[in-house]
Formats: sequence, C-alpha cells, structure tokens
Amino acid sequence: MTPLPDAESLCAGLVAELRPIVGPNTAMIGLYTGGVWLAERLHAELAIAEPLGTMDIAFYRDDYNKQGLARDPKRTRIPFTVEGRDLLLVDDVLYTGRTVRAAMNELFDYGRPASISLVVLADRNGRELPICAQHCGVKVDVPADMRLRLRRGDDGKLRLELERAE
Amino acid sequence: MKILIRNGRVVDPASGRDAVGDVAIADGRICESLAGGPERVIDARGLVVAPGLIDLSARLREPGFEYKATLESEMDAAVAGGVTSLACPPDTDPPLDEPGLVDMLRRRAKALSRARVYPVGALTVQLAGERLTEMAELAEAGCVAFSQANAPLSDTQVLWRALQYAATFGFPVWLRAEDYCLARGGVAHDGEVATRLGLPGIPAFAETIALGALLELVRASGARLHVCRLSSAGAVQLMRAAKAEGLPVSCDVGAHYVHLSDMDLGYFDSHCRLTPPLRSQRDREALSAGLADGTIDCMCSDHTPVDEDQKQLPFSEAEPGATGLELLLPLALKWGAQRNLPLAKTLARITSDPARILGVQSGRLTAGAPADVVVFDPLAPVRISAGMLRSQGKNTPFLGYELEGRVRYTLVAGKPVYESE
Amino acid sequence: MQSNPQLNANGELRHLLSIEGLPGEVLLGILDTAASFVGVTEREVKKVPILRGKSVFNLFFEPSTRTRTTFEIAAKRLSADVINLNIAASSQTKGESLLDTVANLSAMQADVFVVRHASSGAPFLIAQHVKPHEHVINAGDGRHAHPTQGLLDLYTIRHYKQDFSRLTVAVVGDVLHSRVARSLIHGLTTLGTPEVRVIGPKTLLPTGVESLGVRVFHDMREGLRGADVVVMLRLQSERMRGALLPSAQEFFKHYGLTAEKLALARPDAIVMHPGPMNRGVEIDSSVADGPNSVILPQVTFGIAVRMAVMSMVAGTS
Repeated sequence: MTPLPDAESLCAGLVAELRPIVGPNTAMIGLYTGGVWLAERLHAELAIAEPLGTMDIAFYRDDYNKQGLARDPKRTRIPFTVEGRDLLLVDDVLYTGRTVRAAMNELFDYGRPASISLVVLADRNGRELPICAQHCGVKVDVPADMRLRLRRGDDGKLRLELERAE
Repeated sequence: MKILIRNGRVVDPASGRDAVGDVAIADGRICESLAGGPERVIDARGLVVAPGLIDLSARLREPGFEYKATLESEMDAAVAGGVTSLACPPDTDPPLDEPGLVDMLRRRAKALSRARVYPVGALTVQLAGERLTEMAELAEAGCVAFSQANAPLSDTQVLWRALQYAATFGFPVWLRAEDYCLARGGVAHDGEVATRLGLPGIPAFAETIALGALLELVRASGARLHVCRLSSAGAVQLMRAAKAEGLPVSCDVGAHYVHLSDMDLGYFDSHCRLTPPLRSQRDREALSAGLADGTIDCMCSDHTPVDEDQKQLPFSEAEPGATGLELLLPLALKWGAQRNLPLAKTLARITSDPARILGVQSGRLTAGAPADVVVFDPLAPVRISAGMLRSQGKNTPFLGYELEGRVRYTLVAGKPVYESE
Repeated sequence: MQSNPQLNANGELRHLLSIEGLPGEVLLGILDTAASFVGVTEREVKKVPILRGKSVFNLFFEPSTRTRTTFEIAAKRLSADVINLNIAASSQTKGESLLDTVANLSAMQADVFVVRHASSGAPFLIAQHVKPHEHVINAGDGRHAHPTQGLLDLYTIRHYKQDFSRLTVAVVGDVLHSRVARSLIHGLTTLGTPEVRVIGPKTLLPTGVESLGVRVFHDMREGLRGADVVVMLRLQSERMRGALLPSAQEFFKHYGLTAEKLALARPDAIVMHPGPMNRGVEIDSSVADGPNSVILPQVTFGIAVRMAVMSMVAGTS
C-alpha cells in the first residue's frame, strides 16, 4: 500500500492556494471534528479577520432513520453573520458528499451567503451526490472497507490515518 | 364406589401419619379396609396422598359477576388444584345477605358435584355496615360464618353490636382488619417502594389499629373471631399476644403474602395489585414465620378472578386480586420447603388447620372421615401460564414461574372429580 | 420481573419514562445533546429538519398548558408534525380504556407519544404495548416521575454550577405529591451530588424518603444553610383540604422562601422553581424576581432538553 500523503505539507499547500482569495468578506467554518482542526490551522495561518465558525451537522444528516441521533453532538457556533458572506467551508475528507450537503442545509438556516467554497485536505472519490471541492489537497483512492481520517497529535501536528470502517 | 389408593406416601397431619401405605374408601368415607376388594385401584406410587385441600377464601364470582368467572369454571379450577372444600366470601352481587341467595348458591354448587362450598354470609345488609343481617336465618341456610369481605365497617358501634349478636348464637365472625380512613385512597404498602413509585400508600398501622380494636371487642363480646389475610408483622405480633391471652381468635394469610413483597411491584405490575397490599420484606418474613409457628393458623388462596381488561390499567386503577385455587398447593409446598418444614406440617396449614376453623369433618384421613382426598406429585414441575389455568381468572403475579406440586387425582366424598392427563 | 423498558438491547434510549433506572452516562448524554439544541433555540431559524415526517402526539390525560406547549414548541422546532389530544374532553370519558385510546392513535401512524397521566405508572403500561417504532415520553405520571422536568433542572444546575460532585442541593415543599422532586432527586444522586436535602413538614414528606438518598430537614433555616441550589416546589391548594396543612400563611411563614431565609444559603446560590409559582405561598416575589432566581432560564432550557429527548428516542429502533 502506498503511504498516505503528509497532512502538514498538504495543509501548507492549501494555505498558499487560499491566501490570494481571502478578503475582508471572507469567513471560515470548520466541520467537526477533523474539519475543525484543519480550519483552526488554516484560519490562523491565513489570519482571517472574522472568528472561526464551527459546525456539527448532527441535526441535518440524512441517515437519522437508520442510525438515530449521533452520539455526543457538538454545538454549532457561527460567530458572524452568514448573510452575504463569502464562506470557506472546511472539512478533512470529502467522500460521499452527504456531510457537505447537510452542512449547506444548516448554513442556509443561518442566512444566505454570497458564496460557499469547499476546502478539503483529501478527496477520496466515491461521491454519491453532485458535490465537489473548490480547493483540495490531494485526491486519493481508499478501499471501501476503510476510513480515512485526520488526526491531531499532542504537538498539534496533523496527520492522515486509515482505519477499518465499522 | 369402593376405591383403594395404593402405595402412596400417606400424609395425614391430623393423626400424625406419614408413611407409605394405602387409603381405602367406601360409601364416601375413609375406611380401615375394603370388604370384598376394591372396584377401582389408584396407583399412588411416588405420589403423596393427603386430605383434600381446604381453602378458606375463594371467590366463585356467582351470583352477579359471571363475566369474570362462573361456578363451573371455578369449581373445575378448585378440584384441579386439589381443593375439595372452599369457603366463599359474601361479596357477590347481590351480596350473600339473604337466605334465598345462599340456598341457591349451595344448590348450584352441590349440583356440580365437585368441591364442597361453604358460603360465608354477610355480616351487615348489603355489606353496607349499617344494619345487621338475619344471621340465624343465614346460618340455617348454610352459612358457616359472617364477614364483611373487603367492605369497610367503620361505625365501631355497629361493629360492636354485630359481634355481640353473632356471639349470642356462637356464630364465628371473619373480618379483615383495616382502618377504613387510614386506608382511604391507598393502593400499595406505605413504604419505600410506594414512595419511589409515587403510589398512595396504606400504612401497616391501618391494619394493627383496626386489629387492636377488634381484639378489644372480642374481649368484651366473647365473639369467635377469625382474622382474614394478615399482611403485617405488627398484626402477627398482636395475634400472638391475643392467643397467649386465650382469646377465641384465629387467623389466616393469603398464599401470595408469604412469597411476595412490595419489591415485586417492579415497574407497576398490576398483577401485584392486591387487597391487602403486599408489604415489606420484613412483613413477609414475619408472616412466613408466623404461619410456621402456628400464630397464623392456615394459608388460603384468596382466589379472586379478575378479567384481564381490569388489569391492563395503570396500577392504581387496576382491580385488586389474583387467581389462586390452582396455585394454593404449589405455593404452600414452596413455603414449606423454604422453611424446611416436614411435609405434614406444611400440609396441615391447608388441610387440618382450616378444617378446624371451618368446623368440618374433612381435612383428615382417619377412618370415618369424609373421603375428600388429593393425590399429588410433590416434585412435578408446574409452569404457570394462562393456558394451564382452568379458572377464568388468569391474573397472577406468578405467570411464567415454574412451581412444584402437580395434582393427579382429587376425590370428593369418595368420588374422583379430577384426574390429570 | 420485567427488564428496564426504557433502554433497548443496545442501551439506547427507546422511551423516556423516568430518570430512575437510567445510568449516569445516559443522563449526561441527554444534557450534552440539549446543549447543542440550545444553540438552535438562540439563532433566527429555530428549526432543524431532523424529525421531518414524524408525528408527535401529545396525549395529555391531565390538563396542562405549559408543559404541553413546551413539548409542542420542541417538536415543531424539530420539524415534526404535532397533534394535541385533550383526552379529558374526548373518548376517555366515554369509557374507552387507556390502551384502546393508544391503539387507535397508533393506527394513525404515530411516532412519539408524549403522555401526561394522573396515575403513576401509566406511561410504563403504554410503553409495554406500543409498536417497535413508537416511542413514549413521560410528561408526568401521578406522583411518580416527570423526567423531562428533572432533566431540565439538572441542565440548569450544570449550566450555573458545572460540577455536581461539589454541590449541596435543597428541595423544599410538598415532596410527597411531587413527581418533579422525585425525578430531580434520582438525577442528582445518579450524577454524584454529595448532599441532597429535602425540607418540609412531616405531612408533606413521603414515608422512607431517606431511602432515596436524601437528608431530611423540618427546619428550613437549618436546611438552607450553605446550599448551592434551592429548588422550591409548588404547593397545591388541595393540600389544605386534605388535612396536610392548616393554611398557606402558616406554610409560607415556615417553608416559604424569603430573602431573609435565602441569605442562609451561599451568596451565589441559585433559586429554581418548576412553575407555575404561587407567589407568597412558596416563594416571595422579591426572590422570584431577584438576582439568584434562574426560573425563567429554566423554561428556555426546557425546550432544548425536550428537543434532545425527542430526537434521541425517535431515532432508536
């Protein structure tokens, strides 16, 4: 198996890619949990003026009837107005696209943004909905029985990991 | 018919006999031997042969409550449970306060030719606790005692006069001790379980206060009192003292109360909604010990068929009562086993002891006694289910339990009235 | 003996019938989920789509506008359809049994039954008879339990005091008849509150109440000393007629919360009341409207807690 890409260098790559497009109207929202870690790094390094938003999509998922309510939902905090904003939505891994669909639905309950751009560290293909990332660190294929996750070490360093899906 | 029950373990508490042997029956009575040989032989190898069970409280629901149960179904249940004599409380509809009703009940029961039925007459008209019934007339019609069943008699002056009147004729009075006002609104034992479950409680002193008053009235009137369905440790203590004093009193306990406590209510199981309520484990232990040492004279089933609709209700709205005729034997055996009692003593509490209180000749296997006999397998498992109960009352806290003690044959007046498959 | 009917085989909350019997982790999970819903109640669009297409039937056999309204608001904020049944006015009085009423509603595709009933244990009976996809939430049964109220009280306490393991909580008033008190006491002891006190006259404290894990006080001043949380219970006027109390005035003098008595508690103590308040009977207006009172926030938390409970039970199979 080819080794996983280095999350730190991917992150640096995204920062370089995003720096030209960040402006006074830009705001960033990270999706729990991996997306929040990534967003915290990007937000700090891009020095975005508006505070970072964090979002849990637990109440907007489309699999409630099968899985019930996700355990331990976090609290969504959007400390800026969404209305008319250029938003950078950040997640660690883009897979089926359902998480992003739920995130957009939730976002629109806060207001009508001017634009949403999706920023992901890794795109593992396998899309089930017409969703794509405007800014992507790497495209990588992952076997269907495995899960690709972002992890943050105690030293704050990010790394990608594979684990068996339940 | 001349019948020989052969090779069973014959246990006759009244005479102290407990040995393998034969029991001979002719002309409806136990006899020493059979002249000319038996017409039927019942092989009782491995089984216990005992006097037929005598149950001091079994509701047959007739007249008036035929939708709950009928005489036929309940008499079937009785003999299937090995019960050959039973006393039925007066709380029928209408209550047994008229000789005509008593007479009709006795005739109906006699025509069915199963267990012997001894009606207990109402102490007051309509059980309303105001006017006395014609006790002498009722006794002539066949009532063996007088009772209020579960109806209150809160006017102590009426109670006093009723006891005096009954004492005039020597009629026994059977009463459950409960202070009506203290019990008002309560549905469970007033203790930690009721507090947790948020159920209105009936304190144990509702029983002991009423019992204390009853015993005073016995002292004053000389009436023969049988206290029904003791439920508390305090009541057992009072009865112990009363007997030591020499008062003409006796008492019984329902079979459920030596096994269950308020802990068994669980998640509001309405099958445990009983009158009196199941009390604490301490009370249950005192009742069990009291029955063993004879302070409590006997155990009865307090058979009360309740249709399932009346049980499928929130606890405080459900109708109290449990089916019991078919559980009396296994529950008695379980109690005796738990206390490590000899079988004769266990059986005494459901045969010779209730016979003494009822004042009847049955309940013994001595020569000349009526041939009311039960033959049972003491170790055979009995799984309690709605299907196996012959009673129309399927309401029991023991649903799903496996008990021991299966009746094989029941004979009344020398006639087999029940044989298991 | 039945097993705990609230939890399914995976230990998930299938019904919410009482706080008693729920492990601490489940209670904390509900509080954490409720915290997420508080965020929803604070934004402009107060709805989430999670229960869209589901039907919540409010079965109130005991009338109540407040509790029913908060359940209705909670259900609607989850995008559920809500049907209110005021049973007193309908089939129950025609003699239809409780289970028949529920069976008829079940035939109308219910998902969640929110039940308030005057008889303790009624929601347990219902829960034994509903279909696998149906869920029962107890909105108050007799004197037994009012678990969503207990949970919102726990949420309120956690919001202001954070750590249960250091608290002294005093519950004052008619504990005998209070399902709110029972639920709160179970919740507090399960979550490790070291000192839970009940304060009231003997006539209003149930037999063996210590077995619930509380210390009994008949002197309110003694009982309030050093308390971090003071919960005042409602006193119903019927209690005077039942020979439990002589008058509201005498009750207020000895067991009503005034500023003077509150001063015996810790200075940062919070004052709670499940509502509706009887001013001048349990509680003085100066306290009810004063800086220690968190009675109004309790109501907001109540909506979030009910949203949490509904979305947790409706999702279990």
